[in-house]
Amino acid sequence: MDYIAEGFVTALKLLLRGDPETYSAVFTTLRVSSLSIIASLGMGIPLGFSLGYYSFPGKRQIRAVVDTLLALPTVVVGLFVYALITRRGPLGSLGLLFTIPGIAVAQTILVLPIVIALTATAVSHLDVRFKRTVLTLGAGRRRTAITALYESRYGVLAAGVAAYGRAIGEVGVSMMIGGNIKWHTRTITTAIALETGKGQFAMGIALGLVLLLLAFVINWVLQIMRRRA
Amino acid sequence: MKRRGVAFFFVLLIGSIALFGLVPVVGLAGDLVLHMATTTSTDNTGLLDYLAPVFLQDTGIELQWVAVGTGKALALGQNCDVDVLMVHAPTSELKFVNNGYGTNRREIMYNDFVIIGPKSDRAHISGKSVKEALESISMSRALFASRGDDSGTNKREIELWRALGLSVPDRDSWYIQTGQGMLATINIAEEMDAYTLTDRGTYIKYEDNKSGNPPLVILVEGDEGLRNQYSVIAVNPDNCPSVKYDLALKFIEWITSDKAQRLIGEFTLLGKKLFISNAK
Repeated sequence: MDYIAEGFVTALKLLLRGDPETYSAVFTTLRVSSLSIIASLGMGIPLGFSLGYYSFPGKRQIRAVVDTLLALPTVVVGLFVYALITRRGPLGSLGLLFTIPGIAVAQTILVLPIVIALTATAVSHLDVRFKRTVLTLGAGRRRTAITALYESRYGVLAAGVAAYGRAIGEVGVSMMIGGNIKWHTRTITTAIALETGKGQFAMGIALGLVLLLLAFVINWVLQIMRRRA
Repeated sequence: MKRRGVAFFFVLLIGSIALFGLVPVVGLAGDLVLHMATTTSTDNTGLLDYLAPVFLQDTGIELQWVAVGTGKALALGQNCDVDVLMVHAPTSELKFVNNGYGTNRREIMYNDFVIIGPKSDRAHISGKSVKEALESISMSRALFASRGDDSGTNKREIELWRALGLSVPDRDSWYIQTGQGMLATINIAEEMDAYTLTDRGTYIKYEDNKSGNPPLVILVEGDEGLRNQYSVIAVNPDNCPSVKYDLALKFIEWITSDKAQRLIGEFTLLGKKLFISNAK
């Protein structure tokens, strides 16, 4: 129990005193997860929408594959991306290993299935009479699709929130692709893994609390924006 | 009006994300960056945190390192993912150099391995030779925590079992393979009242973490087979044209210089030296 109490105190100290290492990890975490979330929303929303909205042969099979990928372990993504971006790999010349964009690429692969699956679910759960109603009101097919996306906006937002949560909290990819390099690719989660490995449990808990606080602030801002929408 | 609200919402969302995500990446522009793969012992002890700023000041080169076991460090070098290595498994290092993956190997410092264990010392190994100690541990089936991660320390431990004519334990119930770094393994050993083999530097760091009063104490030390030599190796540019060979050579020159060697010698915790510099 000592570690937990000590962790709370340490977390407050780190934040209030502006500990540079902690803030470096916080900003690295934000950069990485923001990059990966932009990329995964950019690709995932159109893909998820198509999957949920249109009917085409093989749709159910694709859905099954996407749902399976929800269980993708972070270390497997890490290994896969490492094999691609190591200097000896097919994309080695890009120099992505041990960089923030490198982690973001791997995280994008990790969270893309979440965005696709949740967006598809949100869109396909629209009332069946919706399409007919909108068409009757004289909307074109394109117009109807856009309205469908608009009507399922809260579901899409939920997909974004879930994906962000996964990105901000994962450690396997950040460790394998980022290398936990101090001041550069050390995220909050890899710092926690490091501190735990060193037996500095209170410090690890403190960083965990910082991460939760960060997630809370982000979700709170989203709540406010959602009320405006 | 509702549509405009949504548009506003998404613009705000994407704008704020982009602000966090993109701007800092554009700002990242370090040209003189040297990537090193090193072992957990040089990282956990804080030695590199102590040396890197001085290296930056002296040469203008920023040292960035990933701390992994020696086995993985060598693999990263072979795959051209880093420019220079700081490792401690001489046998594997020589093979690495002979295979053409590395060049300019220089020894820089050493300390020694020690066998540590709980004060109660169930297997009565205190003060014994390494051979006797490992024999008593395996005979009495006292718990022994092994790194089990192909690190330099793990390689040495396996060499010790072999050199002593003992079979290397694997699935034995008393042999715990943690698969984690040195400090993590010491902490696991502490929780389980187990023995383990560690380099002295990491042990002193552990002592320091425990405010000088650690539950695990040094029981076997000073044996001939326990020397722990650290070396630096440049990744061979013939094998990896993309590596920053010139920066790697500068680092090797710097770390073997009198100044850096003196700094290594002055690196202490609890008044004890963690590493003894010995560049020739």
